[in-house]
Amino acid sequence: MLTPRDEKDLSEAVAGASGPLAIRGGGTRPIGKPVTGEVLSTSALSGIDLYEPGALTIVAKAGTPLAEVEAALAQEGQRLPFEPMDHRGLLGTEGEPTIGGVVAANVSGPRRIQAGACRDSLIGVRFVDGAGTVLKNGGRVMKNVTGYDLVKLMAGSYGTLGVMTEVSFKVLPRTESTAVLLIEGLSDVDAVQALSKALASPFEVSGAAHTTKGIDGDPVTMIRIEGFESSVAYRAGRLQDLLAGFGEIKVETDPERTAAGWAWVRDVEAFHGVSGDVWRFSVKPSDGPRLGAQLGAEGLLYDWGGGLVWALAPEGTDLRDQMGNIAGHATLIRASEETRAKLPVFHPEPAPIAAVTRGLREKFDPRGILNPGLMA
Amino acid sequence: MDMPEPNAAVIAKKGRIVERLLSVLPEDAVIHEEHETRAYECDALTAYRCPPLAAVLPASTEEVSAVLKICHEEGVPVVPRGSGTSLAGGALPTADSVILGVARLNDVLEADYENRIIRVQTGRTNLSVTGAVEEDGFFYAPDPSSQLACAIAGNIGMNSGGAHCLKYGVTTNNLMGVTMVMMDGTVVEIGGAHLDAGGLDLLGVICGSEGQLGVVTEATLRILHKPEGARPVLMGFSSNEVAGACVSDIIKAGVLPVAIEFMDRPILEIAENFSGAGYPDCEALLIVEVEGSEAEIDEQLGLIKQIAMKHDPVELREATNAEEAGRIWLGRKSAFGAVGQVADYMCLDGTIPVSALPQVLQGIETLSGKYGLRVGNVFHAGDGNMHPLIMFDANKPGDLELCEQFGADILRLCVEVGGCLTGEHGVGVEKRDLMVSQFTPEDLEVQLKVKDVFDPKWLLNPAKVFPLAATESRRSAA
Repeated sequence: MLTPRDEKDLSEAVAGASGPLAIRGGGTRPIGKPVTGEVLSTSALSGIDLYEPGALTIVAKAGTPLAEVEAALAQEGQRLPFEPMDHRGLLGTEGEPTIGGVVAANVSGPRRIQAGACRDSLIGVRFVDGAGTVLKNGGRVMKNVTGYDLVKLMAGSYGTLGVMTEVSFKVLPRTESTAVLLIEGLSDVDAVQALSKALASPFEVSGAAHTTKGIDGDPVTMIRIEGFESSVAYRAGRLQDLLAGFGEIKVETDPERTAAGWAWVRDVEAFHGVSGDVWRFSVKPSDGPRLGAQLGAEGLLYDWGGGLVWALAPEGTDLRDQMGNIAGHATLIRASEETRAKLPVFHPEPAPIAAVTRGLREKFDPRGILNPGLMA
Repeated sequence: MDMPEPNAAVIAKKGRIVERLLSVLPEDAVIHEEHETRAYECDALTAYRCPPLAAVLPASTEEVSAVLKICHEEGVPVVPRGSGTSLAGGALPTADSVILGVARLNDVLEADYENRIIRVQTGRTNLSVTGAVEEDGFFYAPDPSSQLACAIAGNIGMNSGGAHCLKYGVTTNNLMGVTMVMMDGTVVEIGGAHLDAGGLDLLGVICGSEGQLGVVTEATLRILHKPEGARPVLMGFSSNEVAGACVSDIIKAGVLPVAIEFMDRPILEIAENFSGAGYPDCEALLIVEVEGSEAEIDEQLGLIKQIAMKHDPVELREATNAEEAGRIWLGRKSAFGAVGQVADYMCLDGTIPVSALPQVLQGIETLSGKYGLRVGNVFHAGDGNMHPLIMFDANKPGDLELCEQFGADILRLCVEVGGCLTGEHGVGVEKRDLMVSQFTPEDLEVQLKVKDVFDPKWLLNPAKVFPLAATESRRSAA
């Protein structure tokens, strides 16, 4: 295993590599086609380089544990806006998630619908391309259209275009209090309608999820609002009025219970320790329930107002095949190496897009040594 | 500022190119007579002009595709144009180029409140996107100050922002999908009503690529329900440093205003004389606006005023009604026009870390003395996006060049303190040659390689964004 100590060291390691490299942050998100190659770990590239709470900006080396970044932010009453998911429970992995890994997989959580994805908060990257060249793009300011935005390209590229060495984020204040509206027993269709209604209101919903089988076994629809205490109380009341037609609404404001509830959604806890493959679909929210019905899955969880559908399926099943004419994309998040080798993990692309993708890979990694085939 | 020598071979076959364009477009959509092409000789960076070979105004994605296919075959450079409001010369033509204007592509294709999206053709103006949904209570968030005129196509090209992006983000954070025509005429769909890319985030690269990767003809945009209300508070301070510290304290306190606007004394005086907004006599003025219900606004403004009081404001004035709110915004909204009344001006767009604000304002003042040109600062303080306005006399020989040098020094200063050359206007031709101050040759080369993939013949807006010397071999190989 290669564990370069700094960016220069990493650059030399990549330039000097004679074969494929398997890029690893914390190793907690083994998503994609299995990669064979020498492991290149960013774990030694660790530490927060700059944190300016008054400018809402944090810059950290890619191998910095996510927990360290989150703790530093919490100390100043701030947070990463996009609420990154922890994949360990779902994927049965151990280890320490890194901030670089979060970026490489563009990991976001329930707040994505309000605050954007990881790629939206990411404002700068430094990375080493497949030839070993050290490159930077973006910076540490939140408005920047100086040259092409390769920051977003790097987010979600799973280490296939370059090995990230440093990442910069725009962060946001933590909110003072949270309220969650809970409606039980809704059908998927009614639930997504309720979520849509809440999201199309001026009441700044920061979480909108529905599960067919909640912790108690019954369908539960959850709507989250965050902010100053009196504002949260006001908006909770207004939303209760707005959604009165959907049934009885309970409001949960206990900080621990609301946090646990959204961590349950964020980390897809319903599928932890349950056998079967896990698929993740991104579709137009109103298409969510139709997709859910078509999939014939063993378990379903809707987030992002119905637009993010998590589905549990028997091992080796190609659930993507069941999408029919519904637009969007499917990713096979959890499956055996054998299944991941057999089925496309990422959504197949139309020919002209695939050609662009291939072209970009050839430019960024001409020797094809960075996580080769992972996103194929 | 130089532009590349036009390709004589392309100019020589103008007749044939026009004929081919006429074969795929209606007659009134191909503008080629010399007295008519002048209308397209520049955008809002009026210091530089050059009539194009021809201008075309396609009315559908298919027509755009047909035009690009012809230009690709003939080796003709294409300069995409939204409404021509670019301050950076993003739509400046060369004599051998065809301007592709999207002005006729202005339909709303779908407004979907259930999914909070609107799909439009990209020639539609920014404000009329909101116009299409506001009766139902919705709006499109990015609000560049040219929003009455600027097209969504240009917003996507320059990743436009506006005063309210501290809360709502810029174009790239509100753009969910595009229909784009590649230079060879291939039509691609990227993204849509669903969130986030399946593969590589190509949408993220296309947004802000200044029309160099493809021509975006349709866009899926995120729309939001309007807040229940909004209210500004005005605060005057005795120095730029104090105002800067106040901005930082507001942000640290956990309030997220929808806008924090900053004006320094020179701008303040000009704006006040012009608008009579009733601004206080002070060194620096902040306008902070928050949103929500009446009670929510009261609470947030209460907190903000508490913070401001610690910085000993010269004046603290909260709007109590719409008329007063309008007056608070009046001077800010008319600031550019006000400066235009007293001088010619150049508007810069550098972004800096908010913490470097006092240092940069000080540096600008020093430079102003050195160049003997006045400068005023009005900017989006919450996100560090500065808009220094350098005042000069266009009729005085050498003044424009002096102004440009001054501007370049300011932008280099922005980069030095950790910022960037442009926050929301784009590089265009204006800041092309300064790119080397922010990027290494390698940083630039990887961006050129991205263009190689999308546009191997380097025909789309080829003389923009990058220093000409860096792109010379690629452009001449085409």
